[in-house]
Amino acid sequence: MLQGWGDEILRGLGMTVLVGLCALALAILLGLLGSWAKLSRSTALRALATLYTTVVRGVPELLLLLIVYYGTPTAIQSFATYLGHDIRIDFNPFIAGVSTIGVIYGAFATEVFRGAFLALDKGQQEAARAVGMGRVLAFRRIVLPQVWRFALPGLGNLWLVLIKATALISVIQLTELLRWSDIAARNTREPFTFFFVAACLYLLITLVSQVALQRAEAWANRGIRRG
Amino acid sequence: MESLFDLRALADRLPQAPVDLAVIVESLPQMLDGLVLTLELTLLSLAIGFAASLGLVMLRLSHNALLWMPVYGFVFFFRGTPLLVQIFLIYYGSGQFRLELTEIGLWAWFRDAYFCAVLTLTLNTAAYTTEILRGAIRAVPHGEVEAARACGMSGSLLYRRIILPKAFRFALPAYSNEVVFLFQATSLVSIITLMDLTGVARTLVSKTFDVYEIYITAGLLYLVVTYGILGIFRTVERRWSGHLRARPDEARKRRDPLAGIATPMS
Repeated sequence: MLQGWGDEILRGLGMTVLVGLCALALAILLGLLGSWAKLSRSTALRALATLYTTVVRGVPELLLLLIVYYGTPTAIQSFATYLGHDIRIDFNPFIAGVSTIGVIYGAFATEVFRGAFLALDKGQQEAARAVGMGRVLAFRRIVLPQVWRFALPGLGNLWLVLIKATALISVIQLTELLRWSDIAARNTREPFTFFFVAACLYLLITLVSQVALQRAEAWANRGIRRG
Repeated sequence: MESLFDLRALADRLPQAPVDLAVIVESLPQMLDGLVLTLELTLLSLAIGFAASLGLVMLRLSHNALLWMPVYGFVFFFRGTPLLVQIFLIYYGSGQFRLELTEIGLWAWFRDAYFCAVLTLTLNTAAYTTEILRGAIRAVPHGEVEAARACGMSGSLLYRRIILPKAFRFALPAYSNEVVFLFQATSLVSIITLMDLTGVARTLVSKTFDVYEIYITAGLLYLVVTYGILGIFRTVERRWSGHLRARPDEARKRRDPLAGIATPMS
């Protein structure tokens, strides 16, 4: 049925998952930083974090991807010209894709972590400080392990949306699942077959992720009494 | 003194300006044309998609497996796959069935990128809206439905007077998110050659290479409309659900720490 394109499609699936996981890691990092800024006492940091989430939510993902992919080399080149160098840069689509998707979903992760930090019991942090833990140690030992529990449902949701958003990166020629399907569709002149296979593989990722998330939530809540 | 509209002259006098204002001023009329197409696609798909989802949610809530299972499958497929794949599946995928489509006279439609864009966006938003409405209808307190039945209401009257007015109020916050996501998702139609706001911006950039000026102007236009949409929904929500809003002191007490998170798939 796939006329020999099966291994390319599978490689594309691997690339999609890899891009998704890298972008998720970046999004979590930015989300932690963003929520820390949003909850900080500094007005400048709060304003900066609000600007970040406002802009990212207001502009389509595709447009942001185009700005990062075509804008970054232009910026570097004009800066180099300003310094008197003449260089040409081709931006790697993998890095452009991961950073764009990571930055976009970092804004959503910011909101997820902000909610999770607010859901923590304040008394525990006070107790940690009272027994002599410093801010960093208290954050590492008391706050961070519990934040995951509150953030997990939100992050799971974010992952399910993020993995679908990675399909956009095919527009800048990264050979992920949709791009390979597109190439196969053009070569075999069977576009429906190959795009349908791609759709089914995205559904497969969603299904596997949902099962994994249920397990992860059960694990994160293992110490919590229910009912 | 310079006139406010003479931005070009102003820009010429600023040789070191980081962005070229003249480019923005020149491209603005074309971009606004693109924005009109973007809004047209959004509103058309939302209107048809919403009407379709009203019917679909009734089927979804039916107890007959022959009725709810196809709708479940439809919603599962359209929520679980990327919109770009759906657009390719319909626009390019229909080419595989060209002969069959020509025979039944539909090929002229599927050859048209505009039709395929509206069809895909409509199906996509119908799936998400069905799921939003399903949650909202199930959230209507059972006691109110029983009370209405006890008063002798049934079927369509019960839905029209009791269930739907309440469900629409519950659905409003999630639906406002869906409207914003669909509005932004229309940017994908530029990939199948339509000249929406993103399409116009991409064409202009490929001609002028003024990446920043053009993409950032387009981004600002999207930003303004997005927050305009959210503003409209906030007003509607205050009108419709004012009586359900907690008093400020109560709201503070039982504030949900996760409230206000815009999750595309909730």
